[in-house]
Amino acid sequence: MIHRYQGVVVELVSRAVVPAIQVFALYIITHGHYSPGGGFQGGALLAASILLLRFTQGRKESYRRFPPGAGFALAALGLLIFLLVGLASVARGGSFLDYAYLPWPWASPETLRYYGILVVEAGIALTVWGTLVVVFDQVGTRTRDV
Amino acid sequence: MRDVVGLALIFGGLFFVLVSALGLVRFPDFYTRSHALGKSDTLGTILVLGGLAVYGGLTLSSLKLLLILIFVGLGNPTATHALTRAALRSRHEIWSRREGGKKE
Repeated sequence: MIHRYQGVVVELVSRAVVPAIQVFALYIITHGHYSPGGGFQGGALLAASILLLRFTQGRKESYRRFPPGAGFALAALGLLIFLLVGLASVARGGSFLDYAYLPWPWASPETLRYYGILVVEAGIALTVWGTLVVVFDQVGTRTRDV
Repeated sequence: MRDVVGLALIFGGLFFVLVSALGLVRFPDFYTRSHALGKSDTLGTILVLGGLAVYGGLTLSSLKLLLILIFVGLGNPTATHALTRAALRSRHEIWSRREGGKKE
Protein backbone atom coordinates (compact mmCIF):
# COMPACT_ATOMS: atom_id res chain seq x y z
CA MET A 1 0.00 0.00 0.00
CA ILE A 2 2.72 2.45 0.90
CA HIS A 3 4.67 3.10 -2.24
CA ARG A 4 6.07 6.26 -3.68
CA TYR A 5 3.45 8.28 -5.50
CA GLN A 6 4.59 8.70 -9.08
CA GLY A 7 3.54 12.24 -9.77
CA VAL A 8 5.34 15.54 -9.57
CA VAL A 9 2.34 17.69 -8.57
CA VAL A 10 1.36 15.78 -5.47
CA GLU A 11 4.95 15.27 -4.42
CA LEU A 12 5.92 18.96 -4.71
CA VAL A 13 2.76 20.21 -3.01
CA SER A 14 3.12 17.74 -0.15
CA ARG A 15 6.74 18.74 0.28
CA ALA A 16 5.65 22.37 0.56
CA VAL A 17 2.63 21.75 2.78
CA VAL A 18 4.05 19.33 5.38
CA PRO A 19 6.29 21.89 7.21
CA ALA A 20 3.46 24.43 7.15
CA ILE A 21 1.11 21.90 8.76
CA GLN A 22 3.68 21.21 11.46
CA VAL A 23 4.24 24.89 12.24
CA PHE A 24 0.48 25.43 12.40
CA ALA A 25 0.22 22.43 14.74
CA LEU A 26 2.75 24.05 17.10
CA TYR A 27 0.68 27.26 17.00
CA ILE A 28 -2.48 25.28 17.82
CA ILE A 29 -0.78 23.54 20.74
CA THR A 30 0.77 26.63 22.29
CA HIS A 31 -2.35 28.79 21.90
CA GLY A 32 -4.72 26.06 23.06
CA HIS A 33 -5.56 27.53 26.44
CA TYR A 34 -7.05 30.78 25.22
CA SER A 35 -8.25 30.06 21.69
CA PRO A 36 -9.82 27.04 19.99
CA GLY A 37 -7.39 24.18 19.76
CA GLY A 38 -5.14 22.45 22.19
CA GLY A 39 -3.07 19.34 22.58
CA PHE A 40 -5.36 16.88 20.88
CA GLN A 41 -5.94 18.99 17.79
CA GLY A 42 -2.29 19.93 17.46
CA GLY A 43 -1.24 16.30 17.84
CA ALA A 44 -3.76 15.25 15.23
CA LEU A 45 -2.29 17.84 12.85
CA LEU A 46 1.25 16.58 13.50
CA ALA A 47 0.06 13.03 12.81
CA ALA A 48 -1.68 14.21 9.64
CA SER A 49 1.57 15.71 8.36
CA ILE A 50 3.36 12.40 8.96
CA LEU A 51 0.56 10.49 7.23
CA LEU A 52 0.85 12.84 4.25
CA LEU A 53 4.55 11.95 4.10
CA ARG A 54 3.67 8.26 4.29
CA PHE A 55 1.22 8.61 1.42
CA THR A 56 3.33 10.69 -0.93
CA GLN A 57 7.00 9.98 -0.26
CA GLY A 58 6.91 6.20 -0.08
CA ARG A 59 7.96 3.80 2.62
CA LYS A 60 11.72 4.21 2.39
CA GLU A 61 11.81 8.00 2.56
CA SER A 62 9.02 8.42 5.09
CA TYR A 63 10.45 5.74 7.40
CA ARG A 64 13.72 7.64 7.29
CA ARG A 65 11.94 10.84 8.32
CA PHE A 66 9.75 9.20 10.97
CA PRO A 67 10.76 5.65 11.93
CA PRO A 68 7.92 3.22 12.74
CA GLY A 69 9.13 2.77 16.32
CA ALA A 70 9.18 6.52 17.01
CA GLY A 71 5.40 6.59 17.38
CA PHE A 72 5.49 4.26 20.39
CA ALA A 73 8.28 6.29 21.99
CA LEU A 74 6.44 9.59 21.47
CA ALA A 75 3.17 8.22 22.85
CA ALA A 76 4.89 6.82 25.92
CA LEU A 77 6.82 10.06 26.47
CA GLY A 78 3.67 12.16 26.27
CA LEU A 79 1.83 9.92 28.72
CA LEU A 80 4.81 10.10 31.06
CA ILE A 81 4.78 13.92 30.97
CA PHE A 82 1.03 13.98 31.64
CA LEU A 83 1.29 11.58 34.58
CA LEU A 84 4.34 13.28 36.08
CA VAL A 85 2.68 16.70 36.07
CA GLY A 86 -0.53 15.24 37.47
CA LEU A 87 1.16 13.25 40.20
CA ALA A 88 3.54 16.08 41.13
CA SER A 89 0.59 18.18 42.22
CA VAL A 90 -0.85 15.19 44.10
CA ALA A 91 2.48 14.78 45.91
CA ARG A 92 2.35 18.42 47.06
CA GLY A 93 -1.13 18.01 48.54
CA GLY A 94 -3.40 19.14 45.70
CA SER A 95 -5.71 17.05 43.56
CA PHE A 96 -4.68 15.40 40.28
CA LEU A 97 -3.59 18.00 37.67
CA ASP A 98 -4.07 20.88 40.12
CA TYR A 99 -1.31 23.01 38.64
CA ALA A 100 -1.17 25.48 41.51
CA TYR A 101 0.45 22.78 43.66
CA LEU A 102 3.33 22.09 41.27
CA PRO A 103 6.66 21.92 43.11
CA TRP A 104 7.92 25.44 42.32
CA PRO A 105 6.94 27.35 45.46
CA TRP A 106 8.54 30.66 44.38
CA ALA A 107 6.19 31.04 41.38
CA SER A 108 2.70 32.41 41.84
CA PRO A 109 -0.29 30.05 41.39
CA GLU A 110 -1.32 31.92 38.22
CA THR A 111 2.07 31.39 36.62
CA LEU A 112 2.04 27.76 37.65
CA ARG A 113 -1.42 27.24 36.13
CA TYR A 114 -0.34 29.01 32.94
CA TYR A 115 2.76 26.91 32.36
CA GLY A 116 1.36 23.70 33.86
CA ILE A 117 -1.46 23.50 31.34
CA LEU A 118 1.02 24.25 28.55
CA VAL A 119 3.24 21.33 29.57
CA VAL A 120 0.24 19.01 29.87
CA GLU A 121 -1.01 20.07 26.43
CA ALA A 122 2.41 19.30 24.99
CA GLY A 123 2.25 15.84 26.55
CA ILE A 124 -1.22 15.23 25.12
CA ALA A 125 -0.02 16.37 21.70
CA LEU A 126 2.93 13.97 21.76
CA THR A 127 0.65 11.09 22.77
CA VAL A 128 -1.93 11.79 20.08
CA TRP A 129 0.77 12.26 17.43
CA GLY A 130 2.50 8.98 18.23
CA THR A 131 -0.69 6.98 18.65
CA LEU A 132 -2.29 8.07 15.39
CA VAL A 133 0.85 7.33 13.39
CA VAL A 134 1.19 3.92 15.08
CA VAL A 135 -2.44 3.11 14.29
CA PHE A 136 -1.87 4.00 10.65
CA ASP A 137 1.32 1.97 10.46
CA GLN A 138 -0.31 -1.09 12.01
CA VAL A 139 -3.43 -0.94 9.87
CA GLY A 140 -2.03 0.41 6.64
CA THR A 141 0.99 -1.82 6.12
CA ARG A 142 -0.63 -5.20 6.56
CA THR A 143 -2.07 -5.22 3.06
CA ARG A 144 0.09 -6.32 0.17
CA ASP A 145 2.25 -3.82 -1.67
CA VAL A 146 0.68 -2.83 -4.97
CA MET B 1 -16.57 50.94 -0.10
CA ARG B 2 -14.81 48.06 1.64
CA ASP B 3 -18.19 46.54 2.50
CA VAL B 4 -19.29 46.72 -1.13
CA VAL B 5 -16.13 45.08 -2.46
CA GLY B 6 -16.19 42.41 0.25
CA LEU B 7 -19.86 41.56 -0.27
CA ALA B 8 -19.38 41.48 -4.05
CA LEU B 9 -16.51 39.01 -3.65
CA ILE B 10 -18.49 36.87 -1.21
CA PHE B 11 -21.54 36.67 -3.45
CA GLY B 12 -19.39 36.03 -6.53
CA GLY B 13 -17.79 33.16 -4.63
CA LEU B 14 -21.20 31.83 -3.60
CA PHE B 15 -22.17 31.78 -7.28
CA PHE B 16 -19.18 29.59 -8.13
CA VAL B 17 -19.85 27.27 -5.18
CA LEU B 18 -23.45 26.95 -6.36
CA VAL B 19 -22.31 26.15 -9.90
CA SER B 20 -19.92 23.47 -8.66
CA ALA B 21 -22.63 21.91 -6.50
CA LEU B 22 -24.90 21.89 -9.54
CA GLY B 23 -22.12 20.19 -11.51
CA LEU B 24 -21.73 17.59 -8.79
CA VAL B 25 -25.41 16.73 -9.04
CA ARG B 26 -25.86 16.91 -12.81
CA PHE B 27 -22.62 15.60 -14.34
CA PRO B 28 -22.62 11.94 -15.42
CA ASP B 29 -19.41 10.36 -14.12
CA PHE B 30 -16.48 10.72 -11.75
CA TYR B 31 -14.17 12.66 -14.04
CA THR B 32 -16.63 15.34 -15.01
CA ARG B 33 -17.73 15.72 -11.39
CA SER B 34 -14.17 16.18 -10.21
CA HIS B 35 -13.75 18.68 -13.04
CA ALA B 36 -16.60 20.69 -11.54
CA LEU B 37 -15.36 20.39 -7.97
CA GLY B 38 -11.67 20.84 -8.60
CA LYS B 39 -11.84 24.19 -10.32
CA SER B 40 -15.14 25.87 -9.57
CA ASP B 41 -15.23 24.97 -5.91
CA THR B 42 -11.66 26.18 -5.39
CA LEU B 43 -12.39 29.49 -7.06
CA GLY B 44 -15.59 29.90 -5.06
CA THR B 45 -13.88 29.19 -1.76
CA ILE B 46 -11.03 31.54 -2.60
CA LEU B 47 -13.47 34.32 -3.50
CA VAL B 48 -15.56 33.82 -0.34
CA LEU B 49 -12.51 33.79 1.94
CA GLY B 50 -10.96 36.76 0.17
CA GLY B 51 -14.26 38.61 0.43
CA LEU B 52 -14.42 37.88 4.16
CA ALA B 53 -10.84 39.14 4.57
CA VAL B 54 -11.68 42.36 2.71
CA TYR B 55 -14.92 42.77 4.66
CA GLY B 56 -13.21 42.33 8.02
CA GLY B 57 -10.36 44.72 7.29
CA LEU B 58 -6.68 44.20 8.01
CA THR B 59 -6.56 42.28 11.29
CA LEU B 60 -4.96 39.09 12.55
CA SER B 61 -8.12 37.22 11.58
CA SER B 62 -7.90 38.37 7.96
CA LEU B 63 -4.26 37.25 7.92
CA LYS B 64 -5.40 33.80 9.05
CA LEU B 65 -8.12 33.87 6.38
CA LEU B 66 -5.43 34.60 3.77
CA LEU B 67 -3.43 31.61 5.04
CA ILE B 68 -6.51 29.37 4.76
CA LEU B 69 -7.04 30.77 1.26
CA ILE B 70 -3.51 29.84 0.20
CA PHE B 71 -3.78 26.32 1.60
CA VAL B 72 -7.21 25.69 0.09
CA GLY B 73 -5.88 26.94 -3.24
CA LEU B 74 -2.93 24.55 -2.97
CA GLY B 75 -4.68 21.57 -1.47
CA ASN B 76 -8.00 21.33 -3.26
CA PRO B 77 -6.68 21.10 -6.86
CA THR B 78 -3.89 18.75 -5.74
CA ALA B 79 -6.35 16.41 -4.04
CA THR B 80 -8.59 16.45 -7.11
CA HIS B 81 -5.58 15.77 -9.33
CA ALA B 82 -4.50 12.81 -7.18
CA LEU B 83 -8.01 11.33 -7.10
CA THR B 84 -8.59 11.61 -10.84
CA ARG B 85 -5.13 10.27 -11.59
CA ALA B 86 -5.74 7.29 -9.32
CA ALA B 87 -9.12 6.68 -10.98
CA LEU B 88 -7.56 6.84 -14.44
CA ARG B 89 -4.77 4.45 -13.43
CA SER B 90 -7.20 1.92 -12.03
CA ARG B 91 -9.07 2.20 -15.34
CA HIS B 92 -12.25 3.71 -13.99
CA GLU B 93 -14.79 3.88 -16.79
CA ILE B 94 -14.95 7.14 -18.77
CA TRP B 95 -18.41 8.32 -19.68
CA SER B 96 -19.17 9.06 -23.30
CA ARG B 97 -22.41 9.81 -25.05
CA ARG B 98 -21.78 7.27 -27.78
CA GLU B 99 -21.05 4.19 -25.72
CA GLY B 100 -24.04 3.59 -23.51
CA GLY B 101 -24.30 7.08 -22.09
CA LYS B 102 -27.76 8.31 -21.34
CA LYS B 103 -29.08 10.40 -24.23
CA GLU B 104 -30.95 13.38 -22.90
